[in-house]
Amino acid sequence: MSNSDLMETIGRISGVNPRKCMKCGKCSGACPAYDEMEFHPHQFVSMVESGRIDELMNSRGIYTCLSCFACVDRCPRSVEPAKLIEAVRCACLRRQGMDHMKPEHIPAILDEDLPQQAVTSAFRKYRK
Amino acid sequence: MTFSYFPGCTLKTKGKELDRCGRESAEALGFELQELAQWQCCGAVYPMARDEIATRLSSVRALAAARDEGRELVTLCSACHHVIKRVNGDMKRDPEIRDKVNRYLQLEKPYAGETNVLHYLEVLRDRVGFDEVAKKVTHPLTGRKIGAYYGCLLLRPSKELGFDDPENPRILEDFIRAIGAEPVVYGMRNECCGGYTTIENRDYAKKNVAKIMANAKACGAEALITACPLCMYNLKENSEDGLPVYYFTELLAEALGLKEADA
Repeated sequence: MSNSDLMETIGRISGVNPRKCMKCGKCSGACPAYDEMEFHPHQFVSMVESGRIDELMNSRGIYTCLSCFACVDRCPRSVEPAKLIEAVRCACLRRQGMDHMKPEHIPAILDEDLPQQAVTSAFRKYRK
Repeated sequence: MTFSYFPGCTLKTKGKELDRCGRESAEALGFELQELAQWQCCGAVYPMARDEIATRLSSVRALAAARDEGRELVTLCSACHHVIKRVNGDMKRDPEIRDKVNRYLQLEKPYAGETNVLHYLEVLRDRVGFDEVAKKVTHPLTGRKIGAYYGCLLLRPSKELGFDDPENPRILEDFIRAIGAEPVVYGMRNECCGGYTTIENRDYAKKNVAKIMANAKACGAEALITACPLCMYNLKENSEDGLPVYYFTELLAEALGLKEADA
């Protein structure tokens, strides 16, 4: 997929306009996954804006975002960084063979108390 | 007062106490939770991708069923609440999603977000009233210092959830007061427990939980309460000598004399 196609895909999936960002950094300040992302939320938004989608698709941060919506709530410009991260993750997972988690991984992880909610949400986040 | 009720998958299996204590307490408090005749898993995470329709359908089926019963829809699990409430918002405000979902579902009467979605805690606060809850308490939890653990899903995004102040919430503290205990306010009560990442990278979830537990302990909490089965799991299983954690409905049932206190 060409870069402009990728940017269009991210825009369509997320519904977010990254150009609204005024680079205040509150999203990164609020992010509990900050240390686990090589590109922090404010950088993520900026990289989408400048079309560096490939780098983001290959970054570990798309799987460490917790979808806790702290960035969404704190953003004074309603940019909704979590939706951009989700869109890049979807663009990646929707490619053939790109699932981040497979059903055969699950039995080894299960324990007696693990709620169904955990497995369902992980599948929704790591697999399409 | 009768509400349509969406329990969700986990409340039928690993989170049975959240459900059982919630229903029994409701009865004692004078409202009824009428479980929907049919419901499906909400999917546990809200589909942020605007072009995903299939992942919104189970929520809309539940919402339309409640509308057809002419009732408000009550949820108890934080995740179910988050998903169903936000999908309801999509159906109200996003014509593209609304049209696609309705074309797919072919309901007798198209759904457009008519149902009001309430979390059980909102029923206690806004329909019953915490003052009334306090009057019905027969076994007050006097002297117990309880920290409210909100997590993420009940509060954020606050514009869509409309549940409480996302930075300084008080609904659970008011609940704790109503059952006769002492609320312990600590800063990390609205931070993420690690959620689903415990499946992929348990150490990462452990780091989050360790910070939350240390903060709650330092502020003097002796136990935590939550409304979310995944928060419950992470707080309990991903913490070494952490505080005891209860579903808020367990303590409610205890205060109403419906459940023995844990030894």
